[in-house]
Amino acid sequence: MRELHTKLKSLFPVGDLTEQRSDLGFVTVPQEHLRAVLVHLRDREGFTHLVLLTAVDWLEAGQFQLTYLLSNRSAGKDLGVRVMLARDGATMQSIHDVWPTAATYQRELREMFGIDFPGSPRLHEEFILEGWNDIPPYRRDFDTLKYAQENYSERPGRVTHDPAAHMKQKLNSGGN
Amino acid sequence: MKDELKIRVVKGPDGVEFEVEPLKDYYCEAAPTVMPAAYIKVVEDLFNWARSESIWILGFGTGCGAIEMRPLMTPRFDAYRFGVQWRPTPRQANLFVISGYLSTKTLKRAIRSYEQMQNPKYVIGLGSCTINGGMYWDSYNTIKRLDDYLPVDLYIAGCMPRPEALLAGFQDMKKLIRAGKAEGANLYAENFEWYKANQKRVIHDWDMPDYNW
Repeated sequence: MRELHTKLKSLFPVGDLTEQRSDLGFVTVPQEHLRAVLVHLRDREGFTHLVLLTAVDWLEAGQFQLTYLLSNRSAGKDLGVRVMLARDGATMQSIHDVWPTAATYQRELREMFGIDFPGSPRLHEEFILEGWNDIPPYRRDFDTLKYAQENYSERPGRVTHDPAAHMKQKLNSGGN
Repeated sequence: MKDELKIRVVKGPDGVEFEVEPLKDYYCEAAPTVMPAAYIKVVEDLFNWARSESIWILGFGTGCGAIEMRPLMTPRFDAYRFGVQWRPTPRQANLFVISGYLSTKTLKRAIRSYEQMQNPKYVIGLGSCTINGGMYWDSYNTIKRLDDYLPVDLYIAGCMPRPEALLAGFQDMKKLIRAGKAEGANLYAENFEWYKANQKRVIHDWDMPDYNW
């Protein structure tokens, strides 16, 4: 993993390596170099498989983090490539021509996080949600409880207990 | 609205052009009607006894509770000994078991399936999700009260209820039917406007006829 990171660092302005395990590491890459890094990893380093493409919403920092998890099957190694995006008007270049499967992930990210991937096929078709009329639900400023209370009627009589306090009271009142 | 749902002109095989409106139900535009009971009580009782002994469930698993129905089809629990069996299409079924949480997307399909079932028909809500939302009480796409959208005759509580609970529920359902108290389909017909308004409040892209069977 370290060798690979040194090699990458000599070619691209990549960030430090976070080694989760001996066979799993993460590097951060500037947005404009992502495509070159991915193509290099796929064609030169044997990371032929895109395992997943997912996003994290760093609301406080005003950023989205995209993680492209790649796998090198023959070496048994996984590498996550991270990209930080500005949260406002988040747009990222599409990689559907590097891995066709990425188009599906990009559709999902467009719907659930509102990240735009211009040029990605069928991007604006509904993926999971139907007739969604609010901000994308996986964004952290989306209040799912408030949305549920406004849209779905509740049956009266539902009580919620704090588990710790409830069990304490229950055990104490049991006479033990 | 999706392109295939817009009004369009189609050319038939005989060369005649005609207009097609996909959202219009060409076979039945009439709202459901209340089914009156038989003219003598003894006949209605006979009907109800017969109905209670042939419960045919629609094989439509809406949530995780569907997994609890599989064991009922096996020799260990064997629901068939109670006259309960599963059918692949709504036309052949008279009991709709809403098995667990119901997302708004699935609700749309559940409504269509329910309306396509023929009278007499019954609905069982399975698991706490159908009663008050269960663990999906704060979910952005899951309904919390099934009886706002479909007429529920019986709830089976639990998360998830085990197959034994389902068997007990089916036996209770039989008692309800035999006593003539399983009037969900008539309730749906009587309060059709109310049910439709509730359904349309949560299904934002309503792209089907209002009533379709």
